[in-house]
Formats: sequence, structure tokens, C-alpha cells
Amino acid sequence: MRLEKNSRSEELLFYALVGVGALVTAVGLAAALYMEHAGHVVTGMNNQVVWGMPHVFAIFLIVAASGVLNVASIGSVFGKAVYKPRAPLSGLLALVMLAAGLMVIMLDLGRADRLVVAMTHFNPTSVFGWNVILYPGFFAIVGLYLWTLMDRKMNPYYKPAGLAAFVWRLILTTGTGSIFGFLVARQAYQSAVIAPMFIIMSFAWGLAVFMIVQKSMYAWNGMTLHPAVRSRMKNLLGTFVAAVFYFVLVYHLTNIYYAKETAFERFILLEGGIFPSLFWGGWLFLGTIVPLLLIYVPDLNQLRGSVFAAAVLVVVGAFCLLYVFIIGGQVYPLDIFPGMEVTSSFMDGQIDHYRPSWPEILLGLGGIGLAFTATAIGVRVLKFLPEDDLAKLESAGHMLD
Amino acid sequence: MTEPQDKSRRKFVAGAAVAGAGLGVAALAPGLHLIEVAGAAPQAPRAAGEPAPSTVRWGMLIDTTKCATGCDKCVTACHTENGINETVQDVRQGSQWIRKIDLKDPKNGRTHSLPMMCQHCEKPPCVDVCPTGASMKRADGIVLVDRHICIGCRYCMMACPYKARSFVHQPLTAQNPEVPRGLGCVESCTFCVHRVDKGLQPACVEACPERAMLFGDLNDPTSEIAKRLAQEPATQVRADLKLNVGVRYKGI
Repeated sequence: MRLEKNSRSEELLFYALVGVGALVTAVGLAAALYMEHAGHVVTGMNNQVVWGMPHVFAIFLIVAASGVLNVASIGSVFGKAVYKPRAPLSGLLALVMLAAGLMVIMLDLGRADRLVVAMTHFNPTSVFGWNVILYPGFFAIVGLYLWTLMDRKMNPYYKPAGLAAFVWRLILTTGTGSIFGFLVARQAYQSAVIAPMFIIMSFAWGLAVFMIVQKSMYAWNGMTLHPAVRSRMKNLLGTFVAAVFYFVLVYHLTNIYYAKETAFERFILLEGGIFPSLFWGGWLFLGTIVPLLLIYVPDLNQLRGSVFAAAVLVVVGAFCLLYVFIIGGQVYPLDIFPGMEVTSSFMDGQIDHYRPSWPEILLGLGGIGLAFTATAIGVRVLKFLPEDDLAKLESAGHMLD
Repeated sequence: MTEPQDKSRRKFVAGAAVAGAGLGVAALAPGLHLIEVAGAAPQAPRAAGEPAPSTVRWGMLIDTTKCATGCDKCVTACHTENGINETVQDVRQGSQWIRKIDLKDPKNGRTHSLPMMCQHCEKPPCVDVCPTGASMKRADGIVLVDRHICIGCRYCMMACPYKARSFVHQPLTAQNPEVPRGLGCVESCTFCVHRVDKGLQPACVEACPERAMLFGDLNDPTSEIAKRLAQEPATQVRADLKLNVGVRYKGI
């Protein structure tokens, strides 16, 4: 995607796309400013549902940021040649998505102006506190990794840098999952399976985002992905989607097995209105079953655009699953007095309700806008387009190893 | 103790309590006795700048057999004392430092009413999860939020098993200077720390018409609360979490 390759109409289209991305980002920033000025009273969040739509967007971006780096790791750490040309784009997406996710979560803070306080006051027992170290560390390590990939002088160091980035991202996603996994208060959380579940979700969602971006870049440049590369990546996506299914299944089965959690599971899977709909229809059907069919059924996976559609649906399913997990987990009442019928002025014993407000949604979309804009500019000014030298790969015998 | 008291009376009661601590009965004047005033003023005032003593563990015993369904005088007193006076359209976005909960045991139909607030845990999850250390526990066991370094992430609210923390959702006016609050910060029951440091009782305890709430030093075996806890069965809510809470309930 070098400048000299683009015609004038393409130039205009590029600037239009960047303009739209910047506008979406600006609207998100304005929404955050409005929330800061008026207070969170203008949001749908409350003292029971304390995390809302911004957190759904932010956690998707942060988890997928970690996972999208997987593409680079497969090349650098596990030596799969077909993934090596994809490492720079993988690193770029990891950086911009993490930046976008952090922007959303930071701007949702009650006191976003105290960012410096968050950086200078550290509580070692807080999982959030660990993340204050893990996130900047991710930027530094992935930045270094990108440097080793894109600067010939630094190229000899790409393997250790790739390994460091791989390990760091596993720790980072463990930290993100543990934000929930370490919570004893609410029925939906406090599970050791959440951290590994977040890691495998990051693999699937990150790869899906990578494939969407890669497909878009190839389409822009009038290129077609080699069928063998397409086949490898779609199969990997299928494996990750199936693995997410397995972890989500284990998470819910263990909860169903525990008598104290069965009421919560009945709510989230059967009786909870929008949450069962999003779980079964959004995540399981649209985000898992349909992508797996598009990937593995021969008649379907040969169709033009089927893999791209599968990747898009995986992302749709991710948002559905996160909404169920984050919002559904909070609307369900805390079991403060087990076995008792409870009533109060503050939703004790009752299912809460949450309706996301426009400022929250716009802030979340602003994060997507930032990731889009930064990616568009990044791939334009630097050489991030994955270009396969298939003849060389095949002759070297690495293509299908 | 059912009527609002002015400052001079509070000081007087506090002084009388110190004089009569441990006796249970204080002689105020010939022929006049204030029964159980020792429970009303658990310690001498603490001088400004003097650190909270680690020998003390403030706690509360709530007798749910006395707490009346429908009575929310403790809630009103808390709001008055702490300047919680904002009008909210959605009650779920309003600050609830203390709330009344009604319980019914479906097995036998027994009902209970009780106030729920920060339980001032010995091992508070809110303190563990706070990224900046704004959630903190004082040496005397009172769990507080440092308004200066709270960034409003609400992680403590996710972690609190008692739903005892509130996030300030809208701008505030007419605050009590002794109880600073702030838009975008998290807050919760402080055991009326500003009163305790003066040797006074939390406002809710003072307001309870049934004397269902008893405040005192759990570490002092001579205190009224320690004596009663030694003699009467009391429950820690969510005892399974082993947080060793400072608020105990009798009768549930």
C-alpha cells in the first residue's frame, strides 16, 4: 500500500475513510467529555451495573489486541513461514487496538483527569494495578518487536523479541481475565477458568480482526490471498472458535453443577430476556456455529467471501458474549443472604435492568474509530501489507509444514 | 437518643461517657442517671494529627430483632450527617451508604429487617482491588476511600460482596465540609469517622429509636459491644468469604 501505487480516486477514498474514522473518534471523545462534565448520570450505568457499554468495547479491543499479536508469534516463535510476512501488520494492529481499548476505559473513569494518579500510585494486590504495568510493557515490547521486524539492522533480534512479546501477551490477557476471575462478590465471576478462557478468546477474536483487516487491504490493492494461506488461516480461526466454545461450555457447565450458581445460570441462559438471546442467537449461532460451517463445510468455504464473513461473525459473536458476560453478570443480584427472599430500595434480590446510553455507545465506537484510523494511516505510511513469496516458500518446503 | 442533638450536647454526652466508661451508668447530677451512656461514646476524642490507634477495631452489632420493618431513621440520619442530599431520578444512581433490607426465610416465613452498609472488613476486597490504593483501611479498622486518589474505576464496587459502595453520578452541592464527596469518585459508609474521631457515635447508631445498633471497640474486652458479642450469638454476613467483617448481626 505504497503511496505511488494509488490513483487519485484511491487517494481521495483513503482520505475520506480516514476522515470518517477521525470523525467517529472525535464524536467518541466528545461523548466522553459530556460524560465527564455531566457525570455518569447521563449513562445507563448505576451503582449495581457499574461497568457498561464502554467496558464491552474496551475489553473487546484489549483482548483482541493481545490475540492479534498471535499471528506474529506463530511466525516468530513457532517458525511457521507463512505467518512471518504478517508479523508487522499483526504488531501494528496489536498496538492500535490496545491504545484504543485503553482510551475507552480511561475516558470512562469517573475521574479521567487523574490518569497521572493511576500511573503514580500502585497497589500491588490489584489486578487493575498489575495491568497498569502490563499495558505500557506491552507497548514497549511490541514496539521493540516491530523494530526488529522492520529494521534490517535489528532483524537478528526478532526471535527473542517475538518470544518476549508472546509471553508478555499471555500474561497480559491473564491479567485481563483475572479482573473478573478474582472477583468473589458476584455470581458470574470468581472462576479460575476465566483467565485461560480470555486467552483463547483473544486468539479467536484477534485472528478474526487480523483476517478482516488483511482482506480489506488485499481488496484495496486488488490482490487475492493465496488459497493455501487462506486455507491455513481459516482452519486456524476454526480451531480457535471451537476452543472458545469449549471454554465457554466448561465455564457454564461448572456453574450449572454448583447448586449455588444454578439460579444464575438459569437466568443467563434461559430466563434473562436479552441475555439468553444474545448468548444462543448472537454468540453461539451467529458467532460460533455459522462461522464453523463457513470454515469447514467444503461447499461453503469455497464461496467467495465466506472466510471474511466467518471472521466478521466471530467479532459479532464476541460482542454478544462480552455483553452477556459483563452486563448480564452485573444485573443479576448479589447473593448476600443465601436462601433468603430479599427486598430493598436498591435492587437487592431483584434483576437490575441496563439500557446503554448514546454517550456510552459513542465512546465505545470512538475506540473502534481510533483503531481504524490509526491502522489506516499506519498501513499507508509504512510497509505493513503482507506479501507472500509463495514460490520461495513452496520450494523451501515450508508452505504446508 | 431518639432526638436530634446539638453539638454541645454531644460533647457533654461524650465527656460523661469517658467519665463513666465501663460502668454502664453515669451519674450526671444527684438523682439523675443516664443509662448505658458508655455505649454512646466509645472513646475520648482524638487530637488532630494523631494517628488512628491500631489497638482499636471499630465495629457494630445490629440487633435485627429490634430493627423495625419500614423504619429508616438510620438511613435518614446518615444522609443528613454526610450531606447526601442530591436528588436523583434513578434511585440506582443515588448514593446508598446505608440501606434497609427486608429478609424472609421461605422455609419458615420468618422475616427480618436490617440496615446494610460497608461491613468494614478486616480483609476488604475493595482495598485489594483498588489500583491506586484509594480504598484503604485505617489502623482502627475503618475502611475509607481517599477522595484525592480515587480515579472512579468502580472496580471496588464490582468487588464488594455487600453492594455497599456508591459512585457519585452527578455534580454535588451543599456538602458537609467534614465529609468531602466528589463527582466521579466512589464512596461508602465511613462509620461517621469524623464523629468517631471526636469521641462520638456514628449518626445511624445515635438515630436508631430501638437502640438496635451498638458501636464500639471489638478489641476492648470491657467494651459493651465486646461483652455482648461474647454473650450473644451474632452473624457475619457472607461469613463464607472469611473477610472478618466489623459489622455483626444478631437474630438472622
